[in-house]
Amino acid sequence: MSKPVIATASLAGCFGCHMSVLDIDERILKLIELVDFNKSPINDIKTFTRPCDVGLIEGGCCNTENVEVLRSFRKNCKILVAVGECAVMGGLPAMRNGIPIKECLEEAYLHSVTVAPEDRLIPNDEDLPVILDRVYPLHEVVKIDHFLPGCPPSADIIWEALTALLEGRPLNISYDMLKYD
Amino acid sequence: MAEIRFTIDDKPCTAKAGQTIWEAARDNGVYIPVLCHYDGLKPVGACRICTVRVNGRLMAACTQPIGKDMIIENTAPDLEDMRRALIEMLFVEGNHMCPTCEKSGNCELQALAYRYGILAPRFPYLWPRREIEAAGPHLLLDHNRCIQCLRCVRAVKTKDDKLIFALLHRSGKVRIGLDPELGPRLTEETAQKAMDICPVGAILKKEVGFAVPIGKRKFDAAPIGSETAEKA
Ligand code: SF4
Ligand code: SF4
Ligand code: FES
Repeated sequence: MSKPVIATASLAGCFGCHMSVLDIDERILKLIELVDFNKSPINDIKTFTRPCDVGLIEGGCCNTENVEVLRSFRKNCKILVAVGECAVMGGLPAMRNGIPIKECLEEAYLHSVTVAPEDRLIPNDEDLPVILDRVYPLHEVVKIDHFLPGCPPSADIIWEALTALLEGRPLNISYDMLKYD
Repeated sequence: MAEIRFTIDDKPCTAKAGQTIWEAARDNGVYIPVLCHYDGLKPVGACRICTVRVNGRLMAACTQPIGKDMIIENTAPDLEDMRRALIEMLFVEGNHMCPTCEKSGNCELQALAYRYGILAPRFPYLWPRREIEAAGPHLLLDHNRCIQCLRCVRAVKTKDDKLIFALLHRSGKVRIGLDPELGPRLTEETAQKAMDICPVGAILKKEVGFAVPIGKRKFDAAPIGSETAEKA
């Protein structure tokens, strides 16, 4: 029987959750024995080459490209896991939610003290993904099967979730694993 | 004084007359979660987290006096799910970014969410636009995190009993306001008291932040409510 396949992506996140996946220390050797990785920034596979069992997604959706990637994960992965605060509730990028998008762009590209006067320009190239009105948590865009909060989630909760999902048993999240920070 | 007998989740208990259901339960080692209530303050029944079923009817345990032969349900699945829903609602109706919050680890709302094992809310986030107020030299008011529990209104007053905090506006626009004269004149001690009484990170004392390391914070080791059960 072939090994279960995992895919991962970082949307509007900081890569901290991916770091936390690597933080499982020597258990990573066991993980590599247990699973194959498909599309993921860890191995730099850019497009899905086969259907996957588990998709781990870090970060929420802040632009149209995030939405596309998320939808392709939903299509290609049997189980989709929202990993980390940004995926679960938008996280720090969502601090712009509630502020009109025009105000955000003007602040970032026109009025910010770090913008040189000659560089004052709001990016508007057709190759750039369009920014969304606000940052959305994953489950407000597609169906999500499991949530792992934390900023980042601890290596232990990630390990528990992965082993549980691979063994097909329910997640057993203990009190000290569940943190929102 | 005659003892009052009652049961809570089939456990036989006794109470003193004049106690609320919450106080009586606590003295019998039974934890009923509270959020707006704070021991020693006059209960107001604002948050409804403490809802129990008494002889078939829902009541707020923090305001309801204990009565003879009451049959109280506290951990029935529908009650626990309603409490979960209330906690989730509080999360989506404000802006709670726990990773950036100084109260994280010491926050009662977060601690309740941990206790109930909430991984994500069932309701959509509302993202209200709320302000942060630098209210005088010692105090920071972050309205994003206020859950309108009225603890600050009830607990923090001047020596001659004048209100310092008050509730402004109505319904969805409701927010806590600081007296424009008394607020900025708050002493450091009063600011600390206000921060300590606030269950969430809405009232913060300026200058010292994140003083307690992760691992040593109030709710790092054991769920909120563990002490009540231990004392019994
Ligand atoms: S007040 Fe509590 S729940 Fe809200 S952000 Fe701070 S720690 Fe999190
Ligand atoms: S500021 Fe804090 S204590 Fe006051 S009502 Fe809001 S949450 Fe409660
Ligand atoms: S604790 Fe009883 S209503 Fe809030």
